[in-house]
Amino acid sequence: MVSTRSAEGLRLRKAEVKSNDQIAPGIFRLTFPRDRDFIPGQTLALTTDPAISPRYYSIASGANDALFEILYDLVPEGQLTPRLARLGAGDALLVSEELGAFRDADGASVWIASGTGIAPFASMARSGMVSQKTLVHGSRTLAGLYLRGYFSSVLDGRYMPCCSSETAQGVFPGRTTAWLASGDLPAAERYLLCGSSRMVVDARDVLISRGVPFSRVVAEIYF
Amino acid sequence: MAESLFGATLAGLGRIASEAGLPAYGAKQLSDWLYGKNATSFKDMLNLPRRAREWLAERYTIDTPGPIKATESQDGTRKYLFPAAGGGFVEAAWIPEGRRATLCLSVQVGCKMGCLFCMTGKQGFQGHLSAGEILNQYRSLPERDSVTNIVYMGMGEPMDNLANVLESLEVLCAPHGYGLSPSRVTVSTIGLIPAMREFLEATRCHLAVSMHSPFAEERRRLMPVENVYPLKDVLSVLRENPLGRQRRVSFEYIMFDGLNDSDRHAREIARILEGIRCRVNLIPFHPIPGTPLSPSPRERMEHFEQELKRRSILTTIRQSRGLDISAACGMLSTRELVRLRGEPD
Repeated sequence: MVSTRSAEGLRLRKAEVKSNDQIAPGIFRLTFPRDRDFIPGQTLALTTDPAISPRYYSIASGANDALFEILYDLVPEGQLTPRLARLGAGDALLVSEELGAFRDADGASVWIASGTGIAPFASMARSGMVSQKTLVHGSRTLAGLYLRGYFSSVLDGRYMPCCSSETAQGVFPGRTTAWLASGDLPAAERYLLCGSSRMVVDARDVLISRGVPFSRVVAEIYF
Repeated sequence: MAESLFGATLAGLGRIASEAGLPAYGAKQLSDWLYGKNATSFKDMLNLPRRAREWLAERYTIDTPGPIKATESQDGTRKYLFPAAGGGFVEAAWIPEGRRATLCLSVQVGCKMGCLFCMTGKQGFQGHLSAGEILNQYRSLPERDSVTNIVYMGMGEPMDNLANVLESLEVLCAPHGYGLSPSRVTVSTIGLIPAMREFLEATRCHLAVSMHSPFAEERRRLMPVENVYPLKDVLSVLRENPLGRQRRVSFEYIMFDGLNDSDRHAREIARILEGIRCRVNLIPFHPIPGTPLSPSPRERMEHFEQELKRRSILTTIRQSRGLDISAACGMLSTRELVRLRGEPD
């Protein structure tokens, strides 16, 4: 396969965009053919041009799905995401090999995500890892609670959506950290956190203050 | 708002000089005024034509704000708080030690990396510092003339703001800038590999890598970056790109009681560093509020040092400095933020 290198030395291969849809204000879902195996929780670096620094995005699709699926937030003043947002079916994209070691194992875990940080947990669930998993997903808007129906169904009462600026039945009115601080924490062997550094640091502090050993907390941060 | 010219590299000044109608050597003249003569106004630049000075003053500023707060430790360390764009604060520390004086400066307001032991990370990420804002911590330091060494080890991850860090290093080390030797400058990283590669190619400054555990499972709980850029890959890059004899790579190792201070850790550090010409700096942990971690006792650190030395690893224990003035990086600026927001400390 023809590959190129980014300015920072990342090996990138070409992929053809299958779809690129805005699924909520400022949040996009991008798909392209899966030509490699990966482990749920891993990331891909994407760019549209080798001269533009690639950014890392967690894979949201299942390990056996035909397409890679990526979720991204449009940052209007950013270098890359406005270009990503203009891509349509058939356009070319540059993609790195799969990277990262943010993984879960069998057994009870609590997944805590904000915004598009839901992606690695979507990938894990879509790959069949749902037994004894609890998901807490926070978003500023209801529309940002991606895959709400899916998780309600597959996690069967172990899914807690949180929304800080809108209300709906079955959705906790507030931030993820407020939910974690407010009631009994689900018993778990592991707590996996993914999202903005602000949410991850705050959520980790809440967990530790409530007696969870830090050795049980693993975080993935978007940077 | 007018852009500040302070922090611009020679190439950037060349473009501006050309637009201002200055001859080719105008960039060096500007550089000399900004970094050689520490000019604070375009009016002072008397060897430039008046029309060019007016043109510059209409479009640019020379933004070099002094520190808004200073605290001094009993050991002589001084911490300064500088204002940053967007209302945040960054810290710079001046650390005298015999004939040396080290300046530790910041590159971001807050940090995205979320390391468990770090106070700066608790502020969240508020923004990158421009090259000018990074350099100003040197330019506006009251003790500037005494500084012998500069370390990029304050707030933020340098490799996450690489473009501005590289520009600031160029101005610091170029003859037309401040003219410091690159061997006096060390830039730290938690190991963002693509940017680290670029840094190694683009500069001759020293590199310091935050290790804190040689075991991946343990390190990922202290430093989320391990999930994306494992230490073993960072070490591979350093093996592939030897730094040469004039340059040094060091590994920073904060010691936590009962967590990463065993003989097993020392053995593993020696094993994974084999073949890399380096040193290990053992750092006493300065506890931060709410942390589940505690510092290793001094005798344990000394034993650990001996274990590494016995395995031919050049090792030093860093002295704790400024303990009485919120020495942990990010403490002073966080307190200032809390004070301004009226939140309980």
